Amino acid sequence: MNNMLQVQFGNITFQNPVIAASGTFSPDFEQHFDLSRLGGICSKGLTLYPRAGNKGIRIWETASGIMNSVGLENKGVDLFIQQDLPILKKLKDKGVRIIINVSGSTEEEYLRAVELFSKEEVDIIELNISCPNIKGGGMLFGMTSYAARELVRQVRKITSLPLVIKLTPNADNIVKIAQCCEEEGADGLSLVNTFNAMAIDVKKRKPAFNNVYAGLSGPAIKPIALRMVHEVCQKVKIPVIGIGGITNGRDALEFVMAGATCLQVGTANFMNPFSCARIIEDIENFLREEGIESLEEIRGIL
Amino acid sequence: MAKIIFNREIDKNIYYLKIAGNYQGLMGQFYMLRGWTTCHPVLGRPFSIFDLDEQAISFIYRVIGEGTQLLSRLRKDDEIELYGPYGRGFPQAKGKIALVGGGVGLAPLYLAARELRKQRSVEAIHTYLGFQENAILIDLFDKVSHRLAIDIGGYISKMVDVNSYDYVFACGPEEMMKAIVEQKKSERPHIFLSLEKRMGCGIGACLSCTCQTSSGNKLTCKEGPVFPGEEIYFE
Repeated sequence: MNNMLQVQFGNITFQNPVIAASGTFSPDFEQHFDLSRLGGICSKGLTLYPRAGNKGIRIWETASGIMNSVGLENKGVDLFIQQDLPILKKLKDKGVRIIINVSGSTEEEYLRAVELFSKEEVDIIELNISCPNIKGGGMLFGMTSYAARELVRQVRKITSLPLVIKLTPNADNIVKIAQCCEEEGADGLSLVNTFNAMAIDVKKRKPAFNNVYAGLSGPAIKPIALRMVHEVCQKVKIPVIGIGGITNGRDALEFVMAGATCLQVGTANFMNPFSCARIIEDIENFLREEGIESLEEIRGIL
Repeated sequence: MAKIIFNREIDKNIYYLKIAGNYQGLMGQFYMLRGWTTCHPVLGRPFSIFDLDEQAISFIYRVIGEGTQLLSRLRKDDEIELYGPYGRGFPQAKGKIALVGGGVGLAPLYLAARELRKQRSVEAIHTYLGFQENAILIDLFDKVSHRLAIDIGGYISKMVDVNSYDYVFACGPEEMMKAIVEQKKSERPHIFLSLEKRMGCGIGACLSCTCQTSSGNKLTCKEGPVFPGEEIYFE
């Protein structure tokens, strides 16, 4: 009966549009619901070599949002492929699309990491050119159209896997960067990553985070993310994954109406571990109640 | 959603929260609690299980910030969400055991004492509780301990002869846990500490609660919150 939720993202069919966003989900959520219900799972941001992540406080709450400064702590591509990918592959066998989020400090690192995954059975590479929490690399590749174009061009050359570029809302002109990625052969875009933000511990008279700035996510950013997804969807033909504070089915549907094909749910997984499952149910209920046969009918209607 | 049986202030800013329901959990594990249905605060709050039976689960918490303030306002029959059990708790132990708690750090030790008492291989449970001003919950601990020592205003770690025990389970201020670990002189005492960290998800996804250990970064929520004492790097 879930057919009405099925979406086509380029050449890839998703059983439903809901993807658990990078760094907010793990197979341990199985404790709470059957993960084969998900449309997709996005891995934690991975880098070629292991990273210990940032020191100091890594998470801070703000009104209807959180700031994080994890700094891409991860075990590196090799160990991930050995230890974690087999678990994800089991979900893939049940119809869940596996998206690998790749980041790096240099072009070389991105290329080598993507190369390693190109030999694996994964569905999509999500090129993270938008992490605000690492010094050098990361978001620097997503801030200007020149840097984004160069990196996407090089990565495109070495992989035939579907390539989605994850964009930062901190760039001057996200639409222009989106267009550059499309021109260089990206198969899709995902937006937005977190907003560069700041919190100050007034008693200590110091920034809350060692890195001073950190990435803001959650319901607080949803209206801005929605506007950006809408703007980008007007200007590109490749499919878009909408991300930014999606917490319930209504939020998800807003992103679809703004033009998104798939959705990623991130911070909401921390509010309630069933969030993804509930959002899928909410969308389905809405479609039934409104007599809509497929999300295609309401996609990008505005 | 679950119903609150009571949410009692048992000392200034310290609450004893009991929730109806048949919940699972082992000594040292925790739940994420959410006493609000809005998206602010975003995150649930992690609390070790204080006690558990087929009818109810309970927690001890101190009001520190916005989340715990909201929790403290809940009354009997109000609804609350809780997710868990999460984390790796205390290991099975045998012989002579010391339980050392500082302030609300006593929370995971009560369930530990109750579980350990059921085991034949456990010879004795000595509980040491330190408080800044007022002792709390000592009647409960007295019933499950073979010996109970209380300190008010001093350093509870000084009362514990760590090396005379087979196992020491401790939870409390970092200074207290560090003092316990530093006392260790031989292989004999197996020390396990329950750590407190700022957490996001509670289930190993967000990597907000990473702590540094002698075997690399570990997730406090998933690989802890209980760790072997000698593995922990204190700041």
